[in-house]
Amino acid sequence: MNRLIVLLKDAVDLSELKVDPTTRRILEGPKRRIGELDKRALEEALRIREKVGGEVCTLTVGDDRSKTALLEALAMGADKAYLVTTGTGAWVDALTTSILLRAAVGRLTPFDLILCGEMSLDSLSSQIGPRLAELLDLPLITYVKQLVIDSGRLRAVRDLEDADEVVQAELPAVVTVSREINEPRIPSLMSIMRAKTKPIITFDAASLDVPPEMVLEAQSIEIIGVEVPQVERKRVIVKGETIEESVEKLVHHLISEGVLEVR
Amino acid sequence: MTERGVMVYSEDKELELQLLGKGRELADRLSGPLSTVSLGHESIDAEELIRYGADQVLLFKDPGPDIHIETYRAVLLEAVKRVSPEVILIGSTRRGRELAPRISSALRTGYMAECIELEVDEKGDLLARRLVYGGSAMALERSRRRPHVATVPPRIFRRAEPSNRAGEVIEIMIEKPKPKTVVVERRMKSRGGEALESARVIVAAGRGFRSKEDLRLLEELAEVLGAEIGCTRPLAADSGWLNEWIGISGHKVKPKLYIACGISGTVQHLAGIRDSQVIVSINKDEGANIFQASDYGLVGDLYVILPVLTRTLRKLKGES
Repeated sequence: MNRLIVLLKDAVDLSELKVDPTTRRILEGPKRRIGELDKRALEEALRIREKVGGEVCTLTVGDDRSKTALLEALAMGADKAYLVTTGTGAWVDALTTSILLRAAVGRLTPFDLILCGEMSLDSLSSQIGPRLAELLDLPLITYVKQLVIDSGRLRAVRDLEDADEVVQAELPAVVTVSREINEPRIPSLMSIMRAKTKPIITFDAASLDVPPEMVLEAQSIEIIGVEVPQVERKRVIVKGETIEESVEKLVHHLISEGVLEVR
Repeated sequence: MTERGVMVYSEDKELELQLLGKGRELADRLSGPLSTVSLGHESIDAEELIRYGADQVLLFKDPGPDIHIETYRAVLLEAVKRVSPEVILIGSTRRGRELAPRISSALRTGYMAECIELEVDEKGDLLARRLVYGGSAMALERSRRRPHVATVPPRIFRRAEPSNRAGEVIEIMIEKPKPKTVVVERRMKSRGGEALESARVIVAAGRGFRSKEDLRLLEELAEVLGAEIGCTRPLAADSGWLNEWIGISGHKVKPKLYIACGISGTVQHLAGIRDSQVIVSINKDEGANIFQASDYGLVGDLYVILPVLTRTLRKLKGES
């Protein structure tokens, strides 16, 4: 088995999100972690390595802040971590990210499998796997909830709205995983310590022969603003002396709201 | 060569009609034609697509019974070559959300997913609002590179009124690509989620339920309320107790009354219930997120509260 490449989005920790009460704008917490679904992609790669061998390399496009996520990956058991930086400091959209990833993946050949989450929960756009498969002209299987690798071929169960499909492809291939595929391991303290001794290798756009102007030119999507919609909930905690009384009170509230249609 | 037009496509025929509705509006704004790609729809013909607003139907005949995504991709790219659309809208099904980034990548352009508002500005850029951050926030994005590609979820836009209009049918021929993957088996799932999306009252279960059998507490409540039963993703996808779930990756609901029972309130779930008129939650953890997103909360054990609630409602209805 050759390399297994896991694409990690160094994602905003959704539990850390705060909202500015006056502007309703999102304030991102400082912590960035492996995106929830990408973590499952990494777990799957580690399990494949345990069965059939290979080297697990993780790859992320980001900046110095992304090293937290890469350390997390090394602690889980990845062999190597690669950080791809744009060299411009600017936010990059999925088109540019996929161009940078293709260049970086080119430095990691030969590989057998590229894995990532079906989407990142912060941007919710599910582009990277399909885009990379397209750029590399590789087989693509999305929404995978079960994966078996056997003698140079993969067999996957993918989850579509109306059906589950069992799909086969030759390696190398690109796979995006859904939440059901596994439960990611929690690294031990020892492996967290050991991760700090493993290298994080940085590629910048120039070292990958991607000219900076190409990175800028490729910027196709601009985020104008992010706001939290004003959905004010009443947040009334209904309390009574007994459960019966609490329930009575709740029912009265619902009747006065006009949402309980009991005659 | 046509210019400044809009092209729409979905393999889901109802969604394709909804895309034609929005597409018509954008095409009129751009003063360009509206095209739609038709492939593999047995129950929808080109004439019908024209009645619902299309100026051109790009028809791929005889796609065969088992259309591979690489065929969809090739047909769409051929259609793009024919009509050079300024805007491409694709239905946001799982297949559509695989197809859109592939097409965008092949066309070296950007892509905005799951757009719930779309408009064209004076420069001809496409502006979209879409959910981000697990569904807890809304981003306003601008696509600056042409063609602009966006996916649109079901039931966001209305189909246009059908009328007797003229349009043209352009037949597309491509050599079907050799698929890189082989579907060896397809297991159809039972459906049931549509009922959730149109329900007036929903009672929903989360991980506070200890076993599948305990869901009868919810069924009894649902019966007295005339409610549909929903659940969170772990109950459906991990435990398999129910088929469909409510949340960012499942169904988005908008009932008058939503009662969350034993649900902690992850951002993913909250994104699916945000349009409910009144949200009630029952949870024994008073620190649970769901209370922040609720109008009324009862702190306590659902195993105790649900039977009391059901009994109280039965009494109100005059049942014994």
